[in-house]
Amino acid sequence: MKGLIGFFRELTRYRSAVLGILIIGGLIALALYTVVALPYHEAIRLWRGGEEIWGDYPRNALPQWVTIFTGDSLPRSIILDSRQEGSVYKESKEVSGEMRTADIIMPFEYTSTGFPSEINLFLAGKSTAKKPQATMFWQTPDGRQIPLGDTTVGTVERFAISIDQRLIRRLNGLSPEVGLFADPATGSSGAKPVPLQGRYQLVIEGLTFEEDSTLEARLVVYGQVYGLAGTDHRRRDITVALLWGTPIALAFGFLAAVGSTLTTFTIAAIGSWFGGWLDALIQRITEINAVLPTLPILILIGTFYTRNIWVILGVVIALGIFSLGIKNYRSMFLQVREMPYIEAAHAYGASNLRIVFQYMMPKIAPVLIPSFVTLIPTFVFLEASLSVLGLGDPVLPTWGKVVNDAYTNGALYKGYYYWVLEPAFLLMLAGLGFAVVGFALDRIFNPRLREL
Amino acid sequence: MSTETLTKRQWALPRIGIRVPDTLARIVKYVLYRGVALFVTVIIGVYLTVLIANMGGYLDTIRIAQIQEAIGADLMNDQAIRQLPPSEIRRIMDERIAIEVKRLRLDQPFFLRSINYLTDALTLNLGRAEYLASNSGSRQVRLVLAERIPATLVLSATANLALFFTAIFAALFLSRRYGSLLDRLVIAMAPTSSVPAWFYGIFLILIFASLLHVLPFGGMVGTPVPESMPAYAASLLKHMLLPVAALVLHSIFIGIYNWRTFFLIYSSEDYVEMAKAKGLTSRAIERRYILRPTLPPIVTSFAFTLIYLWQGAIILETVFAWPGLGRLLYQAISIFDVPVIVGNVVLIAYLLVTSVFLLDIVYALLDPRVKVGGEKRS
Repeated sequence: MKGLIGFFRELTRYRSAVLGILIIGGLIALALYTVVALPYHEAIRLWRGGEEIWGDYPRNALPQWVTIFTGDSLPRSIILDSRQEGSVYKESKEVSGEMRTADIIMPFEYTSTGFPSEINLFLAGKSTAKKPQATMFWQTPDGRQIPLGDTTVGTVERFAISIDQRLIRRLNGLSPEVGLFADPATGSSGAKPVPLQGRYQLVIEGLTFEEDSTLEARLVVYGQVYGLAGTDHRRRDITVALLWGTPIALAFGFLAAVGSTLTTFTIAAIGSWFGGWLDALIQRITEINAVLPTLPILILIGTFYTRNIWVILGVVIALGIFSLGIKNYRSMFLQVREMPYIEAAHAYGASNLRIVFQYMMPKIAPVLIPSFVTLIPTFVFLEASLSVLGLGDPVLPTWGKVVNDAYTNGALYKGYYYWVLEPAFLLMLAGLGFAVVGFALDRIFNPRLREL
Repeated sequence: MSTETLTKRQWALPRIGIRVPDTLARIVKYVLYRGVALFVTVIIGVYLTVLIANMGGYLDTIRIAQIQEAIGADLMNDQAIRQLPPSEIRRIMDERIAIEVKRLRLDQPFFLRSINYLTDALTLNLGRAEYLASNSGSRQVRLVLAERIPATLVLSATANLALFFTAIFAALFLSRRYGSLLDRLVIAMAPTSSVPAWFYGIFLILIFASLLHVLPFGGMVGTPVPESMPAYAASLLKHMLLPVAALVLHSIFIGIYNWRTFFLIYSSEDYVEMAKAKGLTSRAIERRYILRPTLPPIVTSFAFTLIYLWQGAIILETVFAWPGLGRLLYQAISIFDVPVIVGNVVLIAYLLVTSVFLLDIVYALLDPRVKVGGEKRS
């Protein structure tokens, strides 16, 4: 215990190490929070979900905090639902017999100086034989009324205003999310249109033809920003992947590092204690292993067998067992082997395994710690690398897969920088955090470096 | 030959006369030994690759499919056979396929077959690619691969050489100014190398291509491909700048840090103190007493850098759309072109081992233990 405190005191002498420990601690806390707050199955259900989960989310939206720097030019999403009481007005009057009007007025205040990214109207009608009818109008703050067309409404009807060709023609070729919000005084003769702020209204004049028939509507004016991390090309909230990427990256890095260092260490100890053909064999295997193309082998396995992250982890550990670290540890063990206390143990009849595991390995175990810590980022990035090659786990949301999604969808060409930068930032944070601590540990455990 | 006799002969004879042939023999012996060892390594590596690719049954399926396709095409071209009823054609086809399968020994037990695949893979005799083709339109795996080697070579050789020499000279410089602000800065920057090169690549693309529009997003030369040599070279240079910068950024600081530490350790050796006491210039001390004895480990570490970079380039090339072996591997993976994948892995293994072998030769020339024949430890 005292040793541990002393060790930490020594570690805090390196300012960078303190920073690194803070980063690692923060990541671990984030990972724990994620596992508790967003259960594994829920995360996977969300991440693999489609329109039914993410339908109301904007596509490729920037994170919301961007508006701190850009001001009002990036609107948030506006969602109006006639099934929720409050801001939506509904009116129903009898016309004749079973025919009734079902008018819905959806007013909303638009304050942004930028345009929305998309507009969708979801209509839901209830009827047995005769479907309700709806005629839609768009009313602007300056009193113009733009007809959006009419339709009969089935159980679920999606009226994609943004890609309605007739509407686009009516708006002189402007796409509706721009044309419906543009100030008519601007935008002529090639100038950039500017949105008009104020109170907009979507008016739906509905008609129902049966006694129990109803008409409901939901208007989604998609913004350009969403949440903490923005959304991707499938409207998914990137936060989900960023959060779940943390425990996965940490677990992968940690397990791979523990697995490969411990096995390497044990094998080096056994080889140098027994010597002879066993030692020679271990040496030869190490040399062969050094020239084996690790990444291509992982790629082959990912392509031919499975992309399951835990299988890949197993292979990574297996390929790391006979790593070059063996040579390093072996030279240390050869020195330890000649020490008097080992000879004493041998003399009182300690078994070979007892000498190896109880006397030799603990002697230089501290040396493991720095190399173990510096190995973690290597494996964290290995997972990311495989994901970037499209060989990431098909189910799990990871940082690398976000980068891969961004890359395959041309995020850098289209200017969706946040999409690449967010997972990159986290990867970098994890990498640097462990590396910085590893460097400090290296200096503590290798006194020869400390003087330099 | 024991050490004792060697020393006696050295005493007895003029030094130069005896040492040269001896040295040569020793170097040749060492190089041969390493060559054989590395060749065995390649065989094992490739065999592993073959096993991995085969257990999924892919290689077999491909070969049988190829045979069927070839025989089917053959029969259709034969006027006499086309006249026959379909069932008859079918029979002839099956018969020929069976013969061909037997000829290619596909009916043999897996172990024997795997040896066949091994020799095929080692000679890159992998037949035709399924989808990918070389620029000349050939489907031969060998040609598809060969065409990509120069691109990879240009990129990794430039980056490696630049890295290697900058790191060593910067380290020498820093070890002289040890403790200075610059020195501490480099030490502080060393952990940044835990981030892989492709990662820096993404940032570089973001800054220089996407935001500033001064350098291309990727690729090796502009389109249309420049006609004249100087224009081609200029275009190549422009496209190479970012990937090389990414590789350099990735390993420069750790490189300098490692060498600096290394040189510092060596410059505290007694013989260096002795040289200082003799009043030699610091340049002479560096060259003769620090750099000279540290050369073999420098070369070894260079070999490992190379191993790492050959593999790291797979993703870097993908990120930069650099038409090298790495990107080819990526393309082959995305469309499941198995012969190309296997061929590519084999080729990467070859390139790895060749570079290690070349460095072994350099090592043999540099390491006095090889050259003079140091005492062999038991």
